[in-house]
Amino acid sequence: MADASVSEAKGGPMLAADGTPLKKSLSRALRRQKMRALALIAPLLVFVLLTFVLPIGDMLLRSIKNDIVAETLPATVVELADWDPEAEALPGDDVWMAFYVDMWFASERKEHTRLGTRLNYEQTGVSSLFRKTGRRVDRFDTDVYADQFVALDAAWENPATFASLLDSDAADALPVTADAWARWKDFNEEEGDKVLEEDVPDFLYTALYHDLSKAPQVSGPALSAAAAAVPGFETVSLPEQFEDADEDWMDPEVWKTIQLYSPRVTSGYFANAADMQLTPEGIQQRPENEQIYGTLFKRTLFMSLMITGSCILLAYPVAWLLANLPMRVANLLMILVLLPFWTSLLVRTSAWKVMLQQQGVINDVLVWLGLVADDARLTMINNQFGTIVAMTHILLPFMILPMYSVMQTIPPTYLRAAKSLGATNWTAFWRVYFPQSVPGIGAGSILVFILAIGYYITPEIVGGNTGTFISNRIAYHISSSLNWGLAAALGTILLVVVLVLYWAYDKIVGIDNVKLG
Amino acid sequence: MTSDAFVEFERVQKSYDGETLVVKDLNLSLPKGEFLTMLGPSGSGKTTCLMMLAGFETATHGEIKLDGKPINNIPPHKRGIGMVFQNYALFPHMTVAENLSFPLEVRRMGKSDREAKVKRALEMVQMGAFGGRRPAQLSGGQQQRIALARALVFEPELVLMDEPLGALDKQLREHMQFEITSIAHNLGITTVYVTHDQTEALTMSDRVAVFDDGRIQQLAPPDELYESPQNSFVAQFIGENNTLEGVVQEIRGDHCTVKLDDGSIIDAKPVNVSAVGDRTLVSIRPERVEMDKTRLSPDAHTLKAEVLEFIYMGDIFRTRLRVAGSDNFVIKTRNAPDQRRLTKGETIEIGWLADDCRALDA
Repeated sequence: MADASVSEAKGGPMLAADGTPLKKSLSRALRRQKMRALALIAPLLVFVLLTFVLPIGDMLLRSIKNDIVAETLPATVVELADWDPEAEALPGDDVWMAFYVDMWFASERKEHTRLGTRLNYEQTGVSSLFRKTGRRVDRFDTDVYADQFVALDAAWENPATFASLLDSDAADALPVTADAWARWKDFNEEEGDKVLEEDVPDFLYTALYHDLSKAPQVSGPALSAAAAAVPGFETVSLPEQFEDADEDWMDPEVWKTIQLYSPRVTSGYFANAADMQLTPEGIQQRPENEQIYGTLFKRTLFMSLMITGSCILLAYPVAWLLANLPMRVANLLMILVLLPFWTSLLVRTSAWKVMLQQQGVINDVLVWLGLVADDARLTMINNQFGTIVAMTHILLPFMILPMYSVMQTIPPTYLRAAKSLGATNWTAFWRVYFPQSVPGIGAGSILVFILAIGYYITPEIVGGNTGTFISNRIAYHISSSLNWGLAAALGTILLVVVLVLYWAYDKIVGIDNVKLG
Repeated sequence: MTSDAFVEFERVQKSYDGETLVVKDLNLSLPKGEFLTMLGPSGSGKTTCLMMLAGFETATHGEIKLDGKPINNIPPHKRGIGMVFQNYALFPHMTVAENLSFPLEVRRMGKSDREAKVKRALEMVQMGAFGGRRPAQLSGGQQQRIALARALVFEPELVLMDEPLGALDKQLREHMQFEITSIAHNLGITTVYVTHDQTEALTMSDRVAVFDDGRIQQLAPPDELYESPQNSFVAQFIGENNTLEGVVQEIRGDHCTVKLDDGSIIDAKPVNVSAVGDRTLVSIRPERVEMDKTRLSPDAHTLKAEVLEFIYMGDIFRTRLRVAGSDNFVIKTRNAPDQRRLTKGETIEIGWLADDCRALDA
């Protein structure tokens, strides 16, 4: 005590009885408690981390990840970096050479189809282009070079020649060949083959010709002889070979796409998700007729708001009844409210299909009553109306329950007090009861809105073309088009939108005002 | 019924389930400006009466009149009756000033009038500085004052209070009792106050209606209620009481003798016993028991009593005795310098004035 008061008088920190600062000794005392609490939640924490946070994080990262081009066409990506897409001309020989080698390995490893699929998202037709080319690339007419080198010196037929040449300093003069050789060696190792026992592939001769045609400083008798002979070689045009495989290679657009998507991180998915596209000139709006995601996002938000609104209108009186009826009746009503919860989602949605379709119950009744002509039956399903009706029904309990639990805490004496003070029934409700029930409306709205905005099954079944949500598009990209990057980008945008709305709600209404019970 | 009655209950009955009556044949009238308390144990029908007067319950039978006009069919918000609820019922989403301004707003009063009245009402309960606070930021006593101010701000002629002090601690409750009565008397308003606390009823009211079993057992000013209870329920409910059972032996005018069950004879005043041989419950207040024989008339009967317990309570001594076979006979003596302090096991002789001992229904 004396210690503490003395040190306090001096303006220093409070001290515990043993002279350590009070804060430190307090935190030491609390640490054990904290550790024990942490140990208790650890299993759940680890579980959530492993099964929820990590996969979602990984999924979200896919929205910007773009390794596949740089990994499948490593050399091409390097060479293509210098190419000017504005010139509308095809890339130069270096690019073609690099692309030939890259394609050869890609087709051997069957990676070219994956790359084709990836680039096909950005430009249609690329997929088949890569597939066709992959089939042709090891049958190019480049054996001409092999024949000529072997005719010059039979030693070129022996892989050992390449090995001794390219594993030495001489490789510096032959960069393309050296690189191709290194990858060839790796490839054989992967396959479990001995590189020295394999025939020398054509692309190595082509690379060697390519390097030598640039007249580098070379040493060694064989190489010098080859270098001297190369200018007189019969040549094969690589662009023509590729054109033979598919004439689309002559289209600079293909090369532009490859160049645009060379970086390992891309904003392309997000641009796509926002109805834009990457172009050499920067990110640009897509043409009107290709814009779908903006419409879908707007529709998703609009319909979620509609569903939330109709849930509020329908749930409020029910919740009020639940909170104010005698216990026995209220319990029965509660069972009715919860009944849909115990029924399969699919059953409920299908039931709405039966109810709302043109030959369905509601239309039949309307026709029978003569309110609707038989040949002019109402379209109530496979459109926005159907989705809103079905989802309002499905999400209604999520609105009723928080409202009910808040209303339960509002004592009836408030209404009595208001009336005794002279308020009519309506004023008493509006000025006294309603403001106190707002936290319940808030909680229910957040719950329903967030559930609605990500809803998938119901819009899929009853939504038709005009009543589907963005989540249906995400599901399509996940399971059908397999464009996971775009799906991830759409998902990220959805997540951000929800967080922004949540933040706005917190600013306007205040999250403390939300009560679930 | 008197002609100047401001509030009148005429043969009012109330049943919730159609099988039992919660209020049985209630007749009550109170003049303008009176502070009337409905006192009774829980379930005695007092709150139901209040709710019928406020308009939240409808009478099953009978008529309730306010200022001469029947109000059975007038909805609560048109009755113009101020009400203070048990848990105050201050609107939590409004500030104190907004709470007070609410009854004025619904009466479409102008803003400047409203502000003046709210200010005056707050000053009346000495809460002038708290207009901007929320009810949750106030203590229980402060909320109580605001609830009172809100019930009075629109100047009703009748104010109903439903156990308004139940949630306060003892000291605050005593203070508020005084404050409520002085405000009610200063404003000259008629007040109907419901409580189950008899001290509260005795200290605050002009008249007290003791409820039990759906009926008014006795309606009288506090002193009369305490000193002259009309039946054994009132005698036992109001204040502390010693009761002894016996049979009436002799009645002579306003004096009778009762033979207790152990054979001893005592003096009493016949209140609602009519004939010799009736069984009776005699009741005597602990402070009216006399140990000093010289203060009694020479022919008074006395009883032997054994001291079982002596409790020192500061201002008084409370002594528990065994009298006529009953172990719960209590006497209270003032802590005066010459007062005898009894010791446990001592045997004394006690007696009383016949007027202080009331022979009631058994």
